[in-house]
Amino acid sequence: VIHPLPTGTRDVLPDEARELRLLTDRLRGVFEANGYGEVQTPALEYEDVLRRGDDRAAGAAFRLFDDQGRVLVLRADGTIPIARLVANRYADAPLPLRLDYFAHAYRAIERGAAQEREFLQAGLELIGAPAPEGDAEVVAVVLEALTAAGLRRHRIGLGDASIYPMLLAQAGVPDAERATLLDHLARRDLPALETDVHRLGLSPATREMLLAPTSLRGGPEVLERATGPLAIAIENLRQIHELIADRGGDADRLIFDLGLVRDMSYYTGAVFEVYDPAVGYALGGGGRYDDLCGRFGRSLPACGLALDVQRVHMAQLEEERLG
Amino acid sequence: MIADAGLTIAVPRGALFRETLDLLDGLGVDTSEIRGNDRKLVFPDVGVVTMRPSDVPTYVEHGAADVGVTGKDVLLEQAQRRVYELLDLGFGYCRMVVAARAGDDPLGEPLRRRGLVRIATKYPRIATTYFTGTGRQAEIVEVKGSVEIAPLIGLTDAIVDLTATGTTLAENNLVEVEQIADATARLIANPVSHKLKAAAVDALVERIRGLDIVARP
Repeated sequence: VIHPLPTGTRDVLPDEARELRLLTDRLRGVFEANGYGEVQTPALEYEDVLRRGDDRAAGAAFRLFDDQGRVLVLRADGTIPIARLVANRYADAPLPLRLDYFAHAYRAIERGAAQEREFLQAGLELIGAPAPEGDAEVVAVVLEALTAAGLRRHRIGLGDASIYPMLLAQAGVPDAERATLLDHLARRDLPALETDVHRLGLSPATREMLLAPTSLRGGPEVLERATGPLAIAIENLRQIHELIADRGGDADRLIFDLGLVRDMSYYTGAVFEVYDPAVGYALGGGGRYDDLCGRFGRSLPACGLALDVQRVHMAQLEEERLG
Repeated sequence: MIADAGLTIAVPRGALFRETLDLLDGLGVDTSEIRGNDRKLVFPDVGVVTMRPSDVPTYVEHGAADVGVTGKDVLLEQAQRRVYELLDLGFGYCRMVVAARAGDDPLGEPLRRRGLVRIATKYPRIATTYFTGTGRQAEIVEVKGSVEIAPLIGLTDAIVDLTATGTTLAENNLVEVEQIADATARLIANPVSHKLKAAAVDALVERIRGLDIVARP
């Protein structure tokens, strides 16, 4: 008899476990060398505590009750528990705090590419360092860690979660419509975005302003193509790029993506997504979350990035296969 | 334009096949071998792979093809697929409708007396979303082909299906009772290709826009 496992979970046998171990050791080595210290938090937390960070508790999907009838959730990301940890354990600590973690997170899945209910994240969080220096450090360390892990063609997309809401406000789009347009952009349903933008009866210049970010992505030259209010919004990204180049980081691996939207509600500034041309989905992501720690009691600027270890491994194998 | 730009395009066999190939002709892609051979599926010289329309989002999501052409109906039914929708190509127009045997109140009566309406469809997700969204309880019966027979022989009260001209519905004595959505062919892209092959993807989109077939809002 074969005893089933829940869909989206799996066993790891020694050959693969050895490779995953090597991969995480290399990532951890780079994190530690850059002054990050590993923390571990419980997989189970009180739901009402995680909801302080994000009203969907970062998309937590698995809940149970303890003997007191309180609702527990399996964490769906690493960032909210760390914001909680910082408030609890580092209330007066000198800043910035550099923390990293290697831990499983749990989400609901749908049928699709690389969907796992249980997935191992390798993340780092830099707390108490404002933009743009903090963002530049996190991105540079992750680029270095992926190179150390053996990837050769990895790239990081760099966007800003505040850009599109700012453009929507600037364009005078009614509040009720903003969420719809943001959703179209997040899913990149460009025909729907175009149709809805045209329906709003805006001037041609304003329409163009709302549609431009969808195709503005690429090397530093795309920043030259950003005009009007967009030109101000990208100043932050330009500085992050410069700082990464200044610290000898792999700035060539950055892709500016002015339409990049991440699905966590807590991002307030720069957002990141990690790619490798060998696989069709992002290997990880993150961003700046300057309001999150404050929701747990210690208001601090912060940013972080988490890699999906399994996907990084997949990219490694594919790069090997493609040569 | 496709292969030499480093792109692979997923082309749907079926209702959108001819027009997609015409589109490729317009881009200067030599489609003669594809047209002349319906058993061969992969054409690496011109950067084309052919497949069932409903498989296009799957290949594109995994990055096995960078871009693809498929119907909006397929994208609505597979809404969980992480693919970018870049262009409404305008061709392949049809409508997703609720159809039933001609009669006074084909949906109302079962809802009143049985509390739910039974719907046969090849599009269970679209049907479920539509009936839930309109506040009606429905039992969705998924079938794979010839959905029109379901109400005729009493399997269900009505169907949710795609229609272009309404001819098949009429031949089976079915009438359209509600319209759910319009569907046309769409150009979709893999999210990672959209970023890492941005110049090639943008050039493709611009060329297609220039062909003047694309629907304008």
